[in-house]
Amino acid sequence: MNQKIDWKKYIIVFFITLFLFILGFFISNSINGQKLEQLKSIQDTIAIDILSSEIQFSLMGELSCKGLDDSLLSQELNELARKLEFSESNIDASSDEIISIRKYYSLLEIKDYLLMKQLSKRCDFKSDFVLYFYSNESNCGDCTRQGYVLTTLRKKYPTLRVYSFDYNLSLSPLQSLISIYKIQEDPLPALVINEELHTGFQSVETIESLISPELLETAEEDLEM
Amino acid sequence: MFGISSIILYLLLFVAVYVQIFFLITFIERRKETYRRQGKLNLKKYFSTTIIVACWNEEKTISGTIKSLLNLSYPKDKLKIFIVDDGSTDHTWKIMKKFEKYFQVKIFQKENGGKHTALNLALDYVDTELVGCLDADSFVDQYALERITSYFEDQETMAVSPSIIIHKPKGLIQITQEIEYYMAVFIKKMLGLIGGIYVTPGPFSIYRKKVFDTLGKFRPAYNTEDMEIAFRMQSNHYKINQCHDAYVYTVAPHSVRGLYKQRLRWIYGFLNNTIDYRKILFNPKYGNLSVFSIPAGVFSIIAFLYVFAMLVYNFLNFMINKLIQVNTVGVNLNFENLNYDLFFINTQSTALLIILTYFLIITSIVIGTRMYKGRFSVSVRIIYFIITYSLIAPFWLLRAVYNTIVKKQPSWR
Repeated sequence: MNQKIDWKKYIIVFFITLFLFILGFFISNSINGQKLEQLKSIQDTIAIDILSSEIQFSLMGELSCKGLDDSLLSQELNELARKLEFSESNIDASSDEIISIRKYYSLLEIKDYLLMKQLSKRCDFKSDFVLYFYSNESNCGDCTRQGYVLTTLRKKYPTLRVYSFDYNLSLSPLQSLISIYKIQEDPLPALVINEELHTGFQSVETIESLISPELLETAEEDLEM
Repeated sequence: MFGISSIILYLLLFVAVYVQIFFLITFIERRKETYRRQGKLNLKKYFSTTIIVACWNEEKTISGTIKSLLNLSYPKDKLKIFIVDDGSTDHTWKIMKKFEKYFQVKIFQKENGGKHTALNLALDYVDTELVGCLDADSFVDQYALERITSYFEDQETMAVSPSIIIHKPKGLIQITQEIEYYMAVFIKKMLGLIGGIYVTPGPFSIYRKKVFDTLGKFRPAYNTEDMEIAFRMQSNHYKINQCHDAYVYTVAPHSVRGLYKQRLRWIYGFLNNTIDYRKILFNPKYGNLSVFSIPAGVFSIIAFLYVFAMLVYNFLNFMINKLIQVNTVGVNLNFENLNYDLFFINTQSTALLIILTYFLIITSIVIGTRMYKGRFSVSVRIIYFIITYSLIAPFWLLRAVYNTIVKKQPSWR
């Protein structure tokens, strides 16, 4: 005879499996929560650094540019960018928390950009600025390639300041930046290199021809094979 | 929040975890029934038994197979050994003749007609209470028969299967099968305990003769006659049991091609026997077999193929992106990412649940190994098994599904 089915066992196993799944979700959420906290903490550090630089700059005016270190901040922004990008693909790009971190990050970028522009003018820093406007929508086929180009350039020229912005992010300062430089949704990607707008994909060589010769000399030769 | 592919993945993971937990709960519930018996048993009754060995071109192994049967710890007058040469073209018949001198051994020769025809020929001459089969590339442990026949003290038991172990595994392909077979020791025992066995394997499954008297003899059944007879028995409410401490050693395929052909035949047989006996599916009248064993078998094929398709898709995506990267900025051998930050470890719930599923699979291997060896030591062979099967199993699964759709039966060898 076939054995009678023990339905109670099926139900118990169902609840044990359900419990393990809920536990899996819980652990995953709690680790991801910690990661988001880490992102926020990096942002806070950057915000404090920018604010310090601003205050120091205001206090000293044009008299002294000493002690205004710009290299650390860009490293922190780069780290935040990498971690934010990972979180968008691995946690949930559409979650309110990630969008809010992305907005805050964009604000910090704009703030850093404005401060660095002032510094470079007044303190005679040789800095080149690239504003990169991309879109995660399907209308930007070349954005992936443009991302690779800028990552390569950033590694090659550590003092090149690249600020990337999601064109579709609803953030008023970002929209102001978009209207200042008259950036259109089509075609993207769009790059503003030292205040000049370039639309469509730009290769490593093209961008190198647009940045200052002093910066080219800072290239880390061992990076490219 | 979730796309369709995520929902499918969660569902597959849920069922995969469910099946493994079901086995574990069964193991905890009935642990006493999984202990290994030591040495010789003193049975109340020794059933008269005939073992049929069907062979076709087995000159390399047939001698060892017959010797292992002659060495069985079982009363000589209760055991008959029928050897059937199914039209071999090598020296199998010549070797068989050497064993004619033993009074227990009877040899037959016929034209080649397939394994089931050889078994059926011998069945015509069986007059014992029990009858078993043994593939000519397998060798039995000394105590296998008495341990198996002890299960027939239960009047309802109609067939009993042994634990199959790989004979002297060598090379990657046999070693990975060794691990798989250890896992099967555990899983088949659990299926036996819940009445969910759907195959009584060629190596040394023993039946009451009544099974063939009432249900008929072996059928071609897509070259999986051992599966069909189990389906037929289950559909007639005949009880099949699993004797975990009766060991049979079988020579496993040593090449990828050999393994591929064997598994293609098994999976094709499973799918087609399931289709033939579909009346059993989800019909509670047929017990756990109908709502658990067969659905779990079909599910594992679907899950394997889906996960494989996902891996291929992700791999292609990765390669395309790398190609775009190389085309755009050239080859960049910058190893800064080796300095890894824990932040970049994937902690999505799917990743954790996949780890849980693998953990449960490894638990099954550990329990199976302990049930056979009495101990378990951590072995890198488990990693070989997981990697090798993840890479090659999808090919025979895909082919078996394809062959089932176009109704193309794979060959035996």
